[in-house]
Amino acid sequence: MLYLNIIVAGLLTGAVYGLMALGLSVIFGVIRVVNFAHGEMMVVGMYAAWLIASRTGLDPIAALPLVTAGLFLLGYALQRVLINRYIARPEHEQFLLLLAVATIITASLLMGFGPDARNVQLDYAYDSYQLGPLLLDKVRVLAAAGAVLGVAALWAFFKLTRTGKAIRACADNQTGAQVVGLDVKRLYAVTFGIGAACVGAAGCLMLLLIDVQPYIATDYTLLAFIIVILGGLGSMPGALLGGLLVGVSEALSGFVVDPSLKSAFSFALLILVLLVRPQGLLGRA
Amino acid sequence: MRAGAALALPRRAALALALFVVAMLALPLVVNSYIVSVLVVILFASYFGQAWNIVTGFAGQLSLGHALYVGLGAYTAAALFTHWGVLPWIGMLAGVVVAGAAGALIAALSFRFRVGGVYFALLTIAFAEFTRILFDHFGWVGGASGLFLPVSSRAGADLLHLRGSPVMFYYLLLALTLGALTLTHHLLRRRIGYYWQAIREDEEAAQALGIDVFRYKVAAMALSAAMTSVGGAFLAFYENNLYPDTVFAIGRSIEIITAPIIGGLGTLFGPVLGAFVLTTLGEAMTSLSSGFELNGLKQWCYGAALLLIVALQPAGVWPWLRARLGIAEVRR
Repeated sequence: MLYLNIIVAGLLTGAVYGLMALGLSVIFGVIRVVNFAHGEMMVVGMYAAWLIASRTGLDPIAALPLVTAGLFLLGYALQRVLINRYIARPEHEQFLLLLAVATIITASLLMGFGPDARNVQLDYAYDSYQLGPLLLDKVRVLAAAGAVLGVAALWAFFKLTRTGKAIRACADNQTGAQVVGLDVKRLYAVTFGIGAACVGAAGCLMLLLIDVQPYIATDYTLLAFIIVILGGLGSMPGALLGGLLVGVSEALSGFVVDPSLKSAFSFALLILVLLVRPQGLLGRA
Repeated sequence: MRAGAALALPRRAALALALFVVAMLALPLVVNSYIVSVLVVILFASYFGQAWNIVTGFAGQLSLGHALYVGLGAYTAAALFTHWGVLPWIGMLAGVVVAGAAGALIAALSFRFRVGGVYFALLTIAFAEFTRILFDHFGWVGGASGLFLPVSSRAGADLLHLRGSPVMFYYLLLALTLGALTLTHHLLRRRIGYYWQAIREDEEAAQALGIDVFRYKVAAMALSAAMTSVGGAFLAFYENNLYPDTVFAIGRSIEIITAPIIGGLGTLFGPVLGAFVLTTLGEAMTSLSSGFELNGLKQWCYGAALLLIVALQPAGVWPWLRARLGIAEVRR
């Protein structure tokens, strides 16, 4: 029963991981750029939520729409002004560009907030729900519910709206999209904005679970990579599945073996999947 | 083809290289110890960059996890020395074998399963991070609390045991860097070098021409890893302490690859120039920002400088400088 509790807690955290990784997957799937500043963007979202919470007393979940919109604009502008010039350049130049962006983001956060860890005080931090034999932390349930809603909204956007369909067309065939008169530049900017919005929303939810500090960004960039590769780069259900898998693997290995070894298990999982199924669990060959 | 003529440098390039070597040989005689320590950092960065440049710059396979080979070289030599008193030079050879085998294994696994491009890059990170965490729990080499070499006097030069002053390490690393320069220059004029460049430009075309793509990619990775581990062994004996979280850090992997990209990926002298530019930049930022009590200022300026370079000279500084100096680095 204890194990079931741990697995469920892992699944709940994994849903938030999934939303975070979804942003990376969407950006890569459409623009074909690996966002090496992904974790940094999440930390921006976390600090934004923290700032709102500490100034106005607003819950990070209530601040989520505002933060998500802010991150969307940031991502949109970043793609429009900077990244768009590099989409046809070699991988290592894109890498250097995003490394510079990531460095500047972390440095800006350090300048603004200092190196200390920050968190929000929630009056329901220690509440939990009893569900038969299961004992669920309230914060985890809320975070996971937010993440699932986010994923559902994104799915609806890509399936139902004209812009969403146009973006999928760009992902499938960029030349074709241009031929039929789609404004690819704008759609790419919207896509990067959506990716940033996803990770911003995930940042708000993560703030319920962990403290924020500028230097955690790299770890989460790596985590997002692991997740999307597990699930398949560019696959939306894959990112979610990968997030859940990593959440469970972290929770179990942290409990059974040693918390400091939990990311070793995630990396081992990644190596295994890459060697057996390089395109990822749900990726197309 | 007469090998001698093909291997000779154009006159201006030879002259520039000679000037560079003479200047580097003379520098420690005229500068203070702080500058020497910065120059040591520059030479480490040049050498690691040159080693990485083989697999990514010449063979076109983006590796983002070279800290793995630094760490394997450093830990092998240092652990053999502290536990059994094995001479560093022999430990270094053992490190070359370990790191070369690890590089070959990772490359063979990846390329056999057709893992390429971004996936390969992320796989190399995964192996490096995995190993870092393993070493955190590897008690024989001290685990997370580190491995320490017996500290000796920083004066004199005991070449046999690699104990000595920073100036000794400076000359050793200079020799290593020049050696790497010579080696890559020669490899690029041999069959293997042309094969690598063919694979980098168009892998399918190379395969269609009958090049054993798999074998040459694995060879590039193994050589690059082995060379990197030699630098790692020197690093261990220079710094005298090793922690998995710094030796194998992803930050180190990123540092290793930034210099050659800034300098000019796939060029001979790019990694060396990039190391000079980046390390000088970092030192300048440190001294400039030390006047202000503001966290992150240094990193911010560093990031902005990176952005500026990638915006103005995306192909690197060396190709640009080379054109200004009128030096034709033999066709790449």
